[in-house]
Amino acid sequence: MKPTHFEILPLQSDEDLVQVRQKLRARMVELGFTLVEQTKMVTAASELGRNALLYGGGGTARLESVEDSNRLGLRMTIEDQGAGIADIEQAMTDGYTSGSGLGLGLGGSKRLVKDFELWSEPGLGTRVTIALWK
Amino acid sequence: MTANKINRLTEIFTRHEKIMLEDWLREQLTALSARQDLISEPDLCRQSAEFLALFTPACRSGSLTDINSPEWKPVLDFLASVSRSRAIQGFSPSETATFVFSLKQTLLAHLRKELGQDAVALADEMWTATVLLDKLGLYTTEVFQKSREEIIKRQQMEMLELSTPVVKLWEGILAVPLIGTLDSSRTQVVMENLLQSIVDTGSRIAIVDITGVPIVDTLIAQNLLKTVAAARLMGAQCIICGIRPQIAQTMVHLGVAFGDVVTKATLADALAYAFRQIDCTVIQQAPRV
Ligand SMILES: Nc1ncnc2c1ncn2[C@@H]1O[C@H](COP(=O)(O)OP(=O)(O)OP(=O)(O)O)[C@@H](O)[C@H]1O
Ligand SMILES: [Mg+2]
Repeated sequence: MKPTHFEILPLQSDEDLVQVRQKLRARMVELGFTLVEQTKMVTAASELGRNALLYGGGGTARLESVEDSNRLGLRMTIEDQGAGIADIEQAMTDGYTSGSGLGLGLGGSKRLVKDFELWSEPGLGTRVTIALWK
Repeated sequence: MTANKINRLTEIFTRHEKIMLEDWLREQLTALSARQDLISEPDLCRQSAEFLALFTPACRSGSLTDINSPEWKPVLDFLASVSRSRAIQGFSPSETATFVFSLKQTLLAHLRKELGQDAVALADEMWTATVLLDKLGLYTTEVFQKSREEIIKRQQMEMLELSTPVVKLWEGILAVPLIGTLDSSRTQVVMENLLQSIVDTGSRIAIVDITGVPIVDTLIAQNLLKTVAAARLMGAQCIICGIRPQIAQTMVHLGVAFGDVVTKATLADALAYAFRQIDCTVIQQAPRV
């Protein structure tokens, strides 16, 4: 699997998050993803991006097209250098929130895009990679 | 040494002000040849003359290395106003920076003419002039950037207001067609408009149409539910309609739901439901023959 094109977007404000969603949507349209696929991926990115803003003090979103021998995909990596997640299992549990959310963002994103990878280290930050393949 | 430098730059500007202005204008006009729709030649001429009238005294009395000293304040203020007006007129950042950077060519050409024989002095003066103009040019770009951001923010705010109208569909029935992203500041505006309209019109039903909302994530769902709850406290029932298939599917995976809020596929369905709620019957008349 090799990346063919990538772009790193800032994630420091609500406006940045709107940009990330729009750029992601535009790339997906270009690559011919269906409306359902677009909506799922953009919604997942919105959840993860907002987590990075709310709990990670802001970060970046890396958007890249990837391809392996027989398929094309789109990958987004959302990363922050915030407090990190001490108990990942708890954070992934539906309904758990340390703030005033619904506690559905992480679990929901994982259900929306099958390709979901979460790395987090207390004190270092959090990185979530999601991908969708055609 | 420093006094010497100040004298030379200032001297050149004072002695050749008129011809330098002409040369500089020519540079600018060439660089901006494609943008004559944005600024007229007389305007550009006036701006340039005004700049030189401030620049020369600043060179004379101020430090040539520190543009933050008070002597440079009038120059910076003037550049800021030029930058701001260019941001509004639709110039690109580089077209805006050209205003200052194009003065470099003119100045360096004159320095060469004056100091051609004295290579050391020439290198020295050129360096000072370049550093000074670079600083002023970067300052222009910074102000430009800030102005663009302010313009975008303001347009976004205007969009907010524009795209959240509350319309009265019928006596006692309101509709709020939502379009675009429902981030938090936006929802606040929607909620306030809706609650005020409920009071003003004494409506019992409010139809929230989300056909134009591209995604519903956990925050947006929560915001919608808060709006519904607030309307309920004011004695109005909300109906959410226009949940498109891809959004419905996504909400199911995400695990969010609209709870006990009545949802309808289309605005027409919602309106039909609302009529029943207020005991209003719509009758299809028999066709007249
Ligand atoms: N980037 C992050 N850095 C630190 N902690 C995080 C991060 N992302 C998530 N968490 C923690 O995991 C919890 C669960 O996250 P999740 O997105 O599932 O729910 P939420 O953000 O609280 O609410 P919702 O997303 O439903 O609005 C958060 O409350 C927070 O404590
Ligand atoms: Mg979340």
